[in-house]
Amino acid sequence: MALVLTEEQSMLRDSARGLISDKAPVSHLRSLRDNKDPTGFSKELWHSFAEMGFAGLLVPEEFGGSGLGFVEAGVVMEEIGRTLMPSPFLATSVVAASALNRGGNAAQKSEFLPKISNGSLLATLAIDEGAKHRPLQTSLQAVRAGNGFKLSGAKALVVDGHVADLFIVAARTAGAAGEREGLTLFLVNPKAKGVAIERTIMVDAHNAARIELANVEVNADSVLGEVDQGAALLDGVLDIGRGAVAAEMVGLSEEVFNRTVEYLKNRKQFGKLIGEFQALQHRAAELYVDIEITRAATMKALQALDADVAKAASSVAVAKARAGTTATRAVQEGVQMHGGMGMTDQFDIGFFMKRARVCEELFGDANYHTEQLARARGY
Amino acid sequence: MSESEPADLEKFREQTRAWLEANCPPEMRKPVTSDTDVFWGGRNTKFASEPQRIWFERMRDKGWTVPDWPREYGGGGLSAAEHKVLRAEMARMGARPPLSSFGIWMLGPALLKYGNEAQKKEHLPDIAAGLIRWCQGYSEPNAGSDLASLQTRAESDGDDFVITGSKIWTSYADYADWIFCLVRTDPTAKKHDGISFILFDMASKGVTTKPILLISGYSPFCETFFDGVRVPKSHVVGTVNRGWDVAKYLLQHERAMISGMGERGVGRPLGQIAADSVGTDAQGKLDDSMLRGRIASFDVDEAALAACAERAVDLAKAGQAHPAFSSAMKYYGTELNKRRHEILMSAGGVNALEWESERSRQGARPRAWLRTKANSIEGGTTEVMLGIVAKRILDLPGA
Ligand SMILES: Cc1cc2nc3c(=O)[nH]c(=O)nc-3n(C[C@H](O)[C@H](O)[C@H](O)COP(=O)(O)OP(=O)(O)OC[C@H]3O[C@@H](n4cnc5c(N)ncnc54)[C@H](O)[C@@H]3O)c2cc1C
Repeated sequence: MALVLTEEQSMLRDSARGLISDKAPVSHLRSLRDNKDPTGFSKELWHSFAEMGFAGLLVPEEFGGSGLGFVEAGVVMEEIGRTLMPSPFLATSVVAASALNRGGNAAQKSEFLPKISNGSLLATLAIDEGAKHRPLQTSLQAVRAGNGFKLSGAKALVVDGHVADLFIVAARTAGAAGEREGLTLFLVNPKAKGVAIERTIMVDAHNAARIELANVEVNADSVLGEVDQGAALLDGVLDIGRGAVAAEMVGLSEEVFNRTVEYLKNRKQFGKLIGEFQALQHRAAELYVDIEITRAATMKALQALDADVAKAASSVAVAKARAGTTATRAVQEGVQMHGGMGMTDQFDIGFFMKRARVCEELFGDANYHTEQLARARGY
Repeated sequence: MSESEPADLEKFREQTRAWLEANCPPEMRKPVTSDTDVFWGGRNTKFASEPQRIWFERMRDKGWTVPDWPREYGGGGLSAAEHKVLRAEMARMGARPPLSSFGIWMLGPALLKYGNEAQKKEHLPDIAAGLIRWCQGYSEPNAGSDLASLQTRAESDGDDFVITGSKIWTSYADYADWIFCLVRTDPTAKKHDGISFILFDMASKGVTTKPILLISGYSPFCETFFDGVRVPKSHVVGTVNRGWDVAKYLLQHERAMISGMGERGVGRPLGQIAADSVGTDAQGKLDDSMLRGRIASFDVDEAALAACAERAVDLAKAGQAHPAFSSAMKYYGTELNKRRHEILMSAGGVNALEWESERSRQGARPRAWLRTKANSIEGGTTEVMLGIVAKRILDLPGA
C-alpha cells in the first residue's frame, strides 16, 4: 500500500479540516479554558462531528458507524492536532469504540456502539495508575463477588473521565502487578455506587480526571473480553490509541512548524528578516525533515494497524516514539524562534507546547516505546 | 497489507519471491562487509567470486540490474509498483544488489531524461549490462559546494570540444572507463549559464588520474587532469551551455542514492551485533544500558527513515513529490549512517580498533566507520542540503 492518502482520504481530511479550523481554531480552546467551561469541550461541535460521521468513524456499519479504518481516524486526529480542539474523539471514537468492537460480545456491541456512532454516548479507557504509562503494572483489584465482581483502586489521567458515560477499566483479577496474566477489562458505569471522580485541570486545558473505585459492584456481563486474558485485548486497543495520538502529534508539530516558518519570514532584526540567518534556516530545515520522517512512520503504523492490529506493535512503537521526540522539538523550536513573543500567554504557541507534553505521556512516552522496540528486537 | 494489493501485483510478488529464492545464491544474501563484496562492472572487471558472477548474470538477463528502465535499453520494464515489490522482496531476503554503478544511479536517469536517442542507445544497455564503468567529473579544487564556479574549459574546435583543466575527488576515476563531466563552454556567460554536460572515454589522449589517500587508508578517488582532451560535440547531453539543468537533475538521483546507502534493514539488528560483543545481563538485555538506549533510539529513527524513503517513492509516483526532497533525505540518511557506524565502533570496543590483522579482516570495521564520515560531504554537504531545504522547500528568504 502506498504511503500517501487516497483520494477519499484526502476528501475526508479536507472536510475535517474545514469543520475544525472553522469552528474550533486555537481560540476555541482558549475560551473554554478562560471561561473554566465545566464540560471542557463544545457539545454542539461534537454533534456536528457525529452528523458528519466522525463519531462513529471506526464503528462497523451494522452498528450505525462508517466502518472506516485507522488511517482515516489518523486523518481526523491530525486535524484535531492542528487546532488543539478538545474533543471526545480520541477517548470515545477511537479507543473505546475499538475496545468494544474488538472485545465486546454481541450484546455489548449492540448496546454501546450505535450510541457512540450517533454521538450520544461518551466512553473512555481507564488504565494508568502511576506516574508513567505501565499497563502491566495495573493493580486495581477486581474480586469475585456473587455473580459478579467488586472493583477497588484508583486510576490517574482518565481522558474525558469527568464527562464520560462509560468507563472501560483495566483491573487485576489474578496475578500481581507486572504480570501479563490476570488482567481483565470491565465496563463500569461512572454513576455506580462507590465511584469518585475528580476532574483534573491539566496544563493543556484538555479534559481528564482521576477516578477512585471503592468496592464498586459490577455483574458478570460487564466483563469485556475474557477474564484474566485482557492483556492481548489491551495491547491492541492501546496500540490503536498510540497510533492516533501519534497522528495528533504530527498535526500539532506541523502546525507549530508552519507558524514558526511564517514568523521567520516576517520578523525583522538587524535590518534583515530573521529567516535569512543561516543558523535559523538550518534548524528549521532539520525540523522539517524530522516532521516528514515522523509523518511517514505514523502513516506506516496506521496502515499496519489497518492490516492487522496484532502485528502492528513495532511500527506503532516507532511512530509513537518518533512523534513524541519530534513534537517536543517542534514546540521547543517554535517557542525559541518566536523569542519573547513565544513566552506570552496571549500568543498561541504555548498551547502547542502544553498539548505536546500531554500527548507525550499519553499511552507511553518516547522512552517507553523505544524500550519496547529494543525488547521486540531481542537485545 | 497484501489483502489490498491488486491481484496481479500479488501474483508478481509470489513469482518474484520464488524466482529470487531459486536464483540468489546464499553467499549473495549476506550483508556487504568489504569492498570486494560489491561488483562494479566495467571493461577490466573481475568477479570476486563465482556466486557473485552467477547472481549478476541472472539478474542482468532479467533486466533487473535496472528493473525500472525500459526493456529496449536493457531494463526490466517494471512499473513503479512492481519495482517496489522487487525491492521489498530483495530486502526481505537480504539480497545484495547485483551491480553497483554510477551509471545506474546517476548517469542513467539523466540520459533517460535529457539524452538523445543515439546517446541512450549507445550508453544505457552497456550500463545495464555492467560493461562500462562511469565516474563523475563535477568537483574541482575551487568548486566544491559552490559547484557552478567550476573552471575546466571546453573550447570549440570544428566538430570537437577541446577540454583543459582538472577535477578533484573523482571517485574511482582510476578504474572508470568513461566520465560524465561538467565543463565551461561559455566563460563570458553567467555562472550557471555557460556550463555543459559532456561524456567521454577515460582512455582518451590527455586524461590522467592520480589517486588520493584517505583517512580510511583507501584511495577510492583521484585528482583527474585533462590536457587538451578532444571530445566530439555530439557527446554533449542536452543543450550546450544548459548543462546545469542536467547536472542538477543528476544530483537529485545521486542524493537519493547516497541517502539510502546505510544497509537499512539488512543483516543482523545492531542490538544483536552489540550483544555479541559486550554481552547480556541476566534478563538478556545488552550489558551496557547507555549503549542499549543509543541503539534503540537509532533503531526508531532508522525505521522511521525507512518509512519516509518508501513514502518519497510513493509521493513521486503520485506526482506529489517536491523536487528538492532528495536533499532532505540525503541530509538525514547520511547523518544516520554516521551514527550507525559510531555505534558499531562503540559496540566493538577495543576489538574495533584493530587496523591490520586477519582477525579484523584488515580493519574492516574502522575503515567502514571512517568511510561514512564522507557521507555528509559527498554529493553535497549536510550544510548545503539544509540550505536547499530552507530555501527551496520552506521558501525562507535568501541571504
Ligand atoms: C568520498 C567522496 C567522494 C566524492 N566523489 C566525488 C565524485 O565522484 N565526483 C565529484 O565530482 N565529486 C566528488 N566528491 C566531492 C564532493 O562533492 C565535495 O567534496 C563536496 O561537494 C564538498 O565540497 P568541498 O569538499 O570543496 O567542500 P567546501 O565546499 O569547501 O566546504 C567546506 C565546508 O564549508 C561548508 N560550506 C560551504 N558552503 C557553505 C554554505 N553556503 N553554507 C554553509 N556551509 C557551507 C561545507 O558544508 C563544509 O562543511 C566526493 C567527495 C567525497 C568526500
